[in-house]
Amino acid sequence: MKILVCLSNVPDTTSKITFTDNNTAFNTAGIQYIINPYDEIALARAVELAGNGQGTITVIHVGEAAADPTIRKALAIGADQAVRIDAYPRDAWFVAHQIASYAKTQNFDLILTGRESIDYNGSLVQGYIAELLGIPSISIAKKLDINDSQATVEREIEGGKEVIQVPLPVVIGTAEGVAEPKIPNMRGIMSARTKPLEVIQAIDVPALSHITHFDTPPPRGNVKLVDKDHVTQLVELLHSEAKVI
Amino acid sequence: MAILVYIENIAGAFKKSGYEAVSYAKAIGDATGQPVTALSIGKVDTGSLEGLGRYGVSKVIAVNTEQLHQFVNQAYAAVIAEVANSIQATTIVLSNSFSGKGLAPRIAAKLDAALADGAITLPVIKGDAWEIKKSAFSGKAIATQELTAPIKVIALTPNTIEAVEAQTTVEIEAFQPQVAATDLSTVVKDIMQATDKIPLPEANIVVSAGRGLKGPENWKMIEELADVLGAATACSKPVSDAGWRPHEEHVGQTGLAVSPNLYIAIGISGAIQHLAGISSSKTIVVINNDPEAPFFKVADYGIVGDAFDVVPKLIDAFKAYKNH
Repeated sequence: MKILVCLSNVPDTTSKITFTDNNTAFNTAGIQYIINPYDEIALARAVELAGNGQGTITVIHVGEAAADPTIRKALAIGADQAVRIDAYPRDAWFVAHQIASYAKTQNFDLILTGRESIDYNGSLVQGYIAELLGIPSISIAKKLDINDSQATVEREIEGGKEVIQVPLPVVIGTAEGVAEPKIPNMRGIMSARTKPLEVIQAIDVPALSHITHFDTPPPRGNVKLVDKDHVTQLVELLHSEAKVI
Repeated sequence: MAILVYIENIAGAFKKSGYEAVSYAKAIGDATGQPVTALSIGKVDTGSLEGLGRYGVSKVIAVNTEQLHQFVNQAYAAVIAEVANSIQATTIVLSNSFSGKGLAPRIAAKLDAALADGAITLPVIKGDAWEIKKSAFSGKAIATQELTAPIKVIALTPNTIEAVEAQTTVEIEAFQPQVAATDLSTVVKDIMQATDKIPLPEANIVVSAGRGLKGPENWKMIEELADVLGAATACSKPVSDAGWRPHEEHVGQTGLAVSPNLYIAIGISGAIQHLAGISSSKTIVVINNDPEAPFFKVADYGIVGDAFDVVPKLIDAFKAYKNH
């Protein structure tokens, strides 16, 4: 089985988010980058599925050379090889076109992404890739098993879950529950240095939209404290002041 | 030019977030002078379809093909794109629900459309360019996206706008889509859905608890409080990681982002990752025995006290409020 895992390089979850150039660009100064946590889940499951020589894992990232440490970490966790499409990852539409264009030449059985990236919070790349390749996609998987040429997936739905079966090849967005993220061991880290990382030129993709600027959410008001022995006061405030009950 | 809004159903009943999408589409229709057509896929009774007239829809296209009685992402996206083409829709609105997240990119790719996912505002229309805001960096920022392509797909964040009634007479048209066999390869084997519970992403009120509860056996009072308020329950990451509560209740940066009218956090300290997922809630109430808990800094109302003491009192107080 040939597995492709798509990686996004995102700011660490504790990062303070600020902007530069009149709030038109994310301020990358001092930001520590990590593998998108949901992509880490995808990679962990790929490592489990490909275990005992049952498959090979390619990780792909669309981005600039600064992301190479993130890619090497994925190799250390257990991917066999890596591909970086050398371009600024403008938006999901652009990224998906790059990945689909590469995937078309490779016949992957399974393409995994995280359910969303924690920076722009899109969950678009999986659906775009699948549509561009003309194959099925599942947006939010909580469980993923492969039997022969079929995937069995638990998909999250409002207030519950759905069990679905889908033939390979398929694109799946993974969420918590699919696997526990793996920490690279020393052997993995050593071998990651020599695993192949191929750099490929990007294809042209016309833009359909772009982000013009960012705002930070308005600061929240000062907390109004209610005495723990007079909780009816809170009920009154929620009713007459906040008007939420 | 026309506006198409896709409205999702669960077991034949339209979802609250679907009505919100209809109202959103209607607002765009009013601003641009275009009629709104709603699309329903699956087994929905005529009464519900006609009911869409109450929200300002002038026409409902109903697809009741048996092969599509269960949700198949690829086929549904194809049907929505086919209907959009047939009515020459240049705006397609749907809810950014779990299913909507799967559909939106596929529809947009089919139509070469610009896609605003997780929209939290109505578009500011400047000719062909539409500006729409969305949450970014897990609630730590708001991004303004300009959609320049002629066709636009908008996936609306649930709970962003209220469904408003706007009576119109509605015409219902049955539609037979061209469904390709290759679009139907996904098979739904089983659905496990608690129909008596309010889905977390759609809930107006969320009662959430953290490690301060000390153990899963103590969630009875959280559930009781949620029951009294008609709320959904949620939890912090350490709680779902420890297996005290299911993953789907985890709210925060790596879990679900919610924006209810009222978010009540009990025994949650307020780590930056948790706050990211709830910061767009309209009102936040924090109950914590540590007055220094960072959560108080973003709360509207707070009670410094032990959850085991405060929550039972709150349940009584809300019950008394509901009964009078």
